[in-house]
Amino acid sequence: MKRILSLLWLAAALWAGSAGAALDPAILKGLASDDFEAKQAAVAGLAAAGDDADAQRLLKALSEDAVAVAGERLLIVAGELVLDAASGAAIKPAPANPESISLNNSLRQQVDGALAALRLFSSDTAERLAAARLLLADMGDGAVLLPLLDKALAHEQDATIKDILVRLHAQASLGSSDAAVRLKAVQELGESASPAVKAMLLGLLDKQGDAFVEPDEKVRLAAQTAIKAIDGRLAWSDTAGQIFTGLSLGSILLLAALGLAITYGVMGVINMAHGELLMVGAYSAYAMQALFRAKFPEFVDYYVLAAVPVAFFVAAAVGMLMERTVIRHLYGRPLETLLATWGLSLVLIQAARLLFGAQNVEVANPAWMSGGVQLAENLSLPWNRLIIVAFSGFVLLLVWLMMNKTRLGMFVRAVTQNRPMAGCVGVPTARIDTLAFGIGSGIAGLGGVALSQIANVGPDMGQGYIVDSFMVVVLGGVGQLAGAVWAALGLGIVTKFLEGWAGAVIAKILVLVFIIIFIQKRPQGLFALKGRFVD
Amino acid sequence: MQNRRSFIKAAVLSASIAAIGGLSASAYAADTIKVGILHSLSGTMAISETALKETALMTIEEINAKGGVLGKKLEPVVVDPASDWPKFAEKARQLLSQDKVAVTFGCWTSVSRKSVLPVYKELNGLLFYPVQYEGEELEKNVFYTGAAPNQQAIPAVEYLMSKEGGSAKRFVLLGTDYVYPRTTNKILRAFLHSKGVKDEDIMEEYTPFGHSDYQTIIAKIKKFAGEGKKTAVISTINGDSNVPFYKELGNAGLKAKDVPVVAFSVGEEELRGVDAKPLVGHLAAWNYFMSVKNPENDKFIKMYRDWAKKAKLPKADSVVTNDPMEATYVGIHMWAQAVEKAKSTDTDKVIAAMAGQTFKAPSGFTLKMDETNHHLHKPVFIGEIKADGQFNTVWKTKGPIRAQPWSPFIPGNESKQKL
Repeated sequence: MKRILSLLWLAAALWAGSAGAALDPAILKGLASDDFEAKQAAVAGLAAAGDDADAQRLLKALSEDAVAVAGERLLIVAGELVLDAASGAAIKPAPANPESISLNNSLRQQVDGALAALRLFSSDTAERLAAARLLLADMGDGAVLLPLLDKALAHEQDATIKDILVRLHAQASLGSSDAAVRLKAVQELGESASPAVKAMLLGLLDKQGDAFVEPDEKVRLAAQTAIKAIDGRLAWSDTAGQIFTGLSLGSILLLAALGLAITYGVMGVINMAHGELLMVGAYSAYAMQALFRAKFPEFVDYYVLAAVPVAFFVAAAVGMLMERTVIRHLYGRPLETLLATWGLSLVLIQAARLLFGAQNVEVANPAWMSGGVQLAENLSLPWNRLIIVAFSGFVLLLVWLMMNKTRLGMFVRAVTQNRPMAGCVGVPTARIDTLAFGIGSGIAGLGGVALSQIANVGPDMGQGYIVDSFMVVVLGGVGQLAGAVWAALGLGIVTKFLEGWAGAVIAKILVLVFIIIFIQKRPQGLFALKGRFVD
Repeated sequence: MQNRRSFIKAAVLSASIAAIGGLSASAYAADTIKVGILHSLSGTMAISETALKETALMTIEEINAKGGVLGKKLEPVVVDPASDWPKFAEKARQLLSQDKVAVTFGCWTSVSRKSVLPVYKELNGLLFYPVQYEGEELEKNVFYTGAAPNQQAIPAVEYLMSKEGGSAKRFVLLGTDYVYPRTTNKILRAFLHSKGVKDEDIMEEYTPFGHSDYQTIIAKIKKFAGEGKKTAVISTINGDSNVPFYKELGNAGLKAKDVPVVAFSVGEEELRGVDAKPLVGHLAAWNYFMSVKNPENDKFIKMYRDWAKKAKLPKADSVVTNDPMEATYVGIHMWAQAVEKAKSTDTDKVIAAMAGQTFKAPSGFTLKMDETNHHLHKPVFIGEIKADGQFNTVWKTKGPIRAQPWSPFIPGNESKQKL
């Protein structure tokens, strides 16, 4: 630490001595060197010379990985244009085969920190705020930036930015040699809700040999109080995060199981090929992505929206074909249905292998589904999962409307409750069976689109979901959509809490054990159909 | 009864001996030498192993174009064990006793290697295993062209602990639940203990094969990292789980600057399926990177690109090379050299001829097969992921280092250090 500082001062002095001239050759030489420590010193030198336009340009180029070296000469490569790093003058012709200089993590952190600190003096408020936030997330070595922060704090007028700067200043001055300054810094940091700050404070309580890192007892006590306060703030967002992950898993289980809740739950067909209908949906998303990339590259981010109806109809068509050709001959013979649909699932897997190859295919998240929304410093919810939760709600609403508000839904319910009577009053039972099976399959296809956004898409992806889907439907109670909803969300949240506590492998086992016991005690599932015609 | 049973046993035994005798005899007699390729072309490991099959076919074609081995052409026999471990043993037996291959190049996961070992021992076959693994094994019938722990895992952790690598003090050992990650993590835990890292600063987590929901684990890592001291993640996740893991890592905003993840089974090929931009700076340790600059590597990359176009691989214009592909390439060439030296494809003669073989590898170094321990001497590279899915070498050894298949950090291995 001391060494860096002294180098920094040395570099600053060098720069002051040669103000106005090009960059110090020692810095350039250091950057081109293979030695880590020389590079580090050079970057520190650049950061200290930050007011200089040449230095700023070079820092920016470094952070963009645009610096290269050809022979002895350091270059900035900006597309076709090649600049001399020291003077900024364009070089023509460009030297052959420049070797690019790249930074490792710790150097990049140093460069980005220096750039952000320099931006604190921008005249644009938004830019200053962005820079302050960036530093808050990732300051690197605070002590290097302390003088800059002092200066920025003195100039800053905007209240929000000033608040952040006060915290940054407190973080940076934890290493101060004056116990009173450290005490004040620790007290200020107690207001934060950031795990990074907590980690910093915990560092003070560590022991090195017999002595504490922090020699002053008062500061240690203040640090303990501050950690407790931060913990309190972190606790709720931790729990919220866990519930969200459970909800997200639940929504995926629901999407996978909702189609099955219709085909198995309502119609009583044990469809072992249900997982493959998910796979058909996921491959539809892949096909739409390929189509958009080839034909409408400007709208490629919206291929998912187009994939939703396509997946529904493709999967529904496959489902209806299955029903017309195989399953309808086997109604009322569950064992044969089970075997026949299992065979169908193998046929579908092999068909996917032939059409798309045995390897997984790449389905990219569109830009608007990447990244996340930061709710608290330790809680960020990924967009793809948020959108899938909303999507499963939307699909659920559609299914509910379809079953309860349409003529078709009424017919399906009628056929389920009493097939001969429904037939007697003129319901075309065979056609209703086909349509209902098609709708169940189509919903599986929708689930497949959602899965393609978070899991791998491959020919046998469906196999991993068939067990989960049956688990949800059986747990929820056969013949009940509401049961499937509660079972999916419940399983999701329980699994996630167990995973957090015992790890993914044990959690899976525990959930299965729980379901086995539950089904023994309550074979009809969470919700049981009440009625005369249930057999 | 007893008599009849022993008679049957004897008959079967003599028949199988005759079969084995027939194997080498027919290998001599035929115009081609059959070479087995045993890689999963479907299932969870296909993401990694398919490229190895292509590399093997390419290398065989290269050797054939130069006149083959012992004046005979090599004939590849490709089978697909479908990421199903018992099926590996089944297919291995088929290769050895039905197709009568002279040598097999194959396996990725240690569990698949362990499942074929008894077959190779029983039928005295020859297996070249091209992937870094956990060590703790040394079989006469196997040559290991990937890295042992001291050629990959240990240097990577040393780098993370160095000032240059960010002076990590706390470690998350994250892996798929099978023998390779479990053993590697056992070695790493012992190594970390020897460096003064305490148990409370080590978190160990496993997920099943094909796991795709990494939300909880990433949240746990974030929490663990928030409890003070610099934290690093050491990932031994294998197969296609890596895609959802890295996707989640990117979405959750866990940056390499805060919590670097170093992976031992993620290379250029696995990153093809991911948007690498949020992953910039995360690390991998290997004995070869596609980005290494030297004439051998340029030749190797060009050869594979041409092969991909010729074989009409999907996305042939963006194919990449990686470490296990290089190891496959080196292994096949060394085997061919050894056969030429032994003037025979007989397993025992080839094994004897393998000792001390050298080959100028695409990693830029001349690799040597150790005289005694069946492992290659390999250089170690540590690279950071770049936005284009390639690696930027940030650290490397000066030259190839000798493998220690029996890790000195596992108690009971002291007597095996000379191997």
